[in-house]
Amino acid sequence: MDIVIIGLLLGGTYALMAIGLQLQYGVARIMNLANGEILIAGAFSTFWFYAATKASPLFALFLVAPAAFALNWAIYRVLILPLVRRAKSQGKLEVDSILATFGLSFISVGVMLAIFGGEYLDYSYLSQPIFIFGERYGLNRVVAFFASVLLCGALYLWLHKTRAGLALRAVAVNPGAAGLVSINVARASALAFALGGAVTAVGGGLLSMFLTFDVSLGVVFTLKALIIVILGGVGDIRGTILAAFILGLAETAVATLIDPGLTLAAAYILFMIVLLVRPEGLFGRRTA
Amino acid sequence: MNKIDERQQPVAAETALEFRAGFAFTAGEKRNLLVSALVFIVVACVPLIFDGYVLQLTISIAMYTALATSWLLFSGPTNYIALSTAAFFGIGMYIAAGGIDLLPYPVLILASGVAGALMAAVVGLATLRVSGVYFVIFSLGLAELVRQIMTWLQHVLGTMSGLYVTIERSEPMYFWQLLLLTAAVFLVGWWIGRSRLGFALRIIGNDELVAVHCGINTARAKVALFVISSTFASIEGAVVAPRWGYVEPVVAFSPFLSFQVVIMALLGGTHRLWGPLVGVIPFVLVWEVIAIYFPSQTTLLLGVCFLLIVYVIPNGITGLIEDALNRRKKLGGPASGVGPLQRALEVSANPVARPATTAEKQ
Repeated sequence: MDIVIIGLLLGGTYALMAIGLQLQYGVARIMNLANGEILIAGAFSTFWFYAATKASPLFALFLVAPAAFALNWAIYRVLILPLVRRAKSQGKLEVDSILATFGLSFISVGVMLAIFGGEYLDYSYLSQPIFIFGERYGLNRVVAFFASVLLCGALYLWLHKTRAGLALRAVAVNPGAAGLVSINVARASALAFALGGAVTAVGGGLLSMFLTFDVSLGVVFTLKALIIVILGGVGDIRGTILAAFILGLAETAVATLIDPGLTLAAAYILFMIVLLVRPEGLFGRRTA
Repeated sequence: MNKIDERQQPVAAETALEFRAGFAFTAGEKRNLLVSALVFIVVACVPLIFDGYVLQLTISIAMYTALATSWLLFSGPTNYIALSTAAFFGIGMYIAAGGIDLLPYPVLILASGVAGALMAAVVGLATLRVSGVYFVIFSLGLAELVRQIMTWLQHVLGTMSGLYVTIERSEPMYFWQLLLLTAAVFLVGWWIGRSRLGFALRIIGNDELVAVHCGINTARAKVALFVISSTFASIEGAVVAPRWGYVEPVVAFSPFLSFQVVIMALLGGTHRLWGPLVGVIPFVLVWEVIAIYFPSQTTLLLGVCFLLIVYVIPNGITGLIEDALNRRKKLGGPASGVGPLQRALEVSANPVARPATTAEKQ
């Protein structure tokens, strides 16, 4: 029971960061290996805000989100767009964007090392217990979970009920065809990339309320987000949310039953299963 | 039994034919082999003349050349970016460090090669059948995964997190070992390049769909090459381990190494076997300067170097050289720029010129 509830709480927060990557990879078609670093930057900024103002970290998210949006918009415009223009094929773009974002992730780590230093980040906010079914859980986990669920819901509605969301989904399905029905694909991609970065950073802010971070952890979160996206199926938010819960549960199970240091192994086992059984993901469409 | 024999016979005959053709060298190939052998002998004399700092630098160069070239064996022709060098290198290190008191050193080197090959086979079989992106993702976290498992194993077994590798080796000895390994990588790479496997891989790299339609078992070819490439990285880990003296998970599985290897290979250019060599030498020298003057900004500067290479010289130094040569050659002819694709096609067209055997039949 313990495992299930902690797993679900963790999964709910993972969902947000994975939706961020889903927007970047599913819609903008950029495999962003620097995604985890954006998340870490969000976490550290939230920490700073809390340390400086002592106000709720949730307020920090109102600053983190626009900042991350602007930063990612700039990254897309300056770094990614030249690659998109240069690419002769989808495959070439994939290789180039993997290389570029891989380099970017090291730059981000270097910059964050210079700004934040190499220590572990840990702050205690709302660390009083809350009782669910007679068991104790950290209130901060529950608050982060509900904040994440709220944001996921809002994003889902936005994607499915508004014109802009429809445009984004159209680009996700087929960028070429989306262009034919007068959707500005370049704009939509930039929007999706920036929005994805903002969502990931907010996810990082929420995770920082109950997890310990240090600068070099970005790659682990990139990997978790990637595995969630693949497990759920590229281009489908429902799948991403479901997969996030599965990963949260699997990780918590491994951490409690075997060893807390093996969480990545749990993610990899899930990844292996997906690759062997259903490479297109839970909700993915099988393509040629 | 009989049935199986019948089916296998043509394949066996074909393989034998191909094997014999593998020894039929053209004049150009003979010349290249001779030149390479001479260079090898000259370079092997370096420790006899220099010692101290210069020797250290040449050891670094030999080490990274072997790693970057073995990386290129797989990632060059297929265009699948492997980010897992550190995982295999670390495995080799750990096998050397963990077994140094139990088994003779040469056996450990062999064992690390086998372990690396096995892990590469598992990873390859899981990911390379599906798509390139999954392979990249899997390789991205592989070092971290193995590090977690190693740390956990040491925790469970109750051993210390760090291991000492105590074995007496002089610096020139390391150099000769690494040089030998580099030569082996080059020989294998050259051999693959003119073999059927290499031809298949170049087709896969140019267009995987075409390769499938040619009847190439793309998954098998990719896995085979990934195994070869990773085995070298593991062996090198075992070779270098005693020089480091002390091995612990954070150091052995540092993501930095994977990154450095990719960067050096890209700087040199991935279309030629000797590309990484051209990249490694300037990189190691520049890196020395960075490590001395900006010791705390290495990650940042490495990232900046990497982006510069990706954006400014996507085809590496060898690409630049070839562009320059082509331009000179075409001064009188039609002024058409040769793109990377065309160049790749030219490279892949080369092996067809060898004695016609089986590659064409595919």
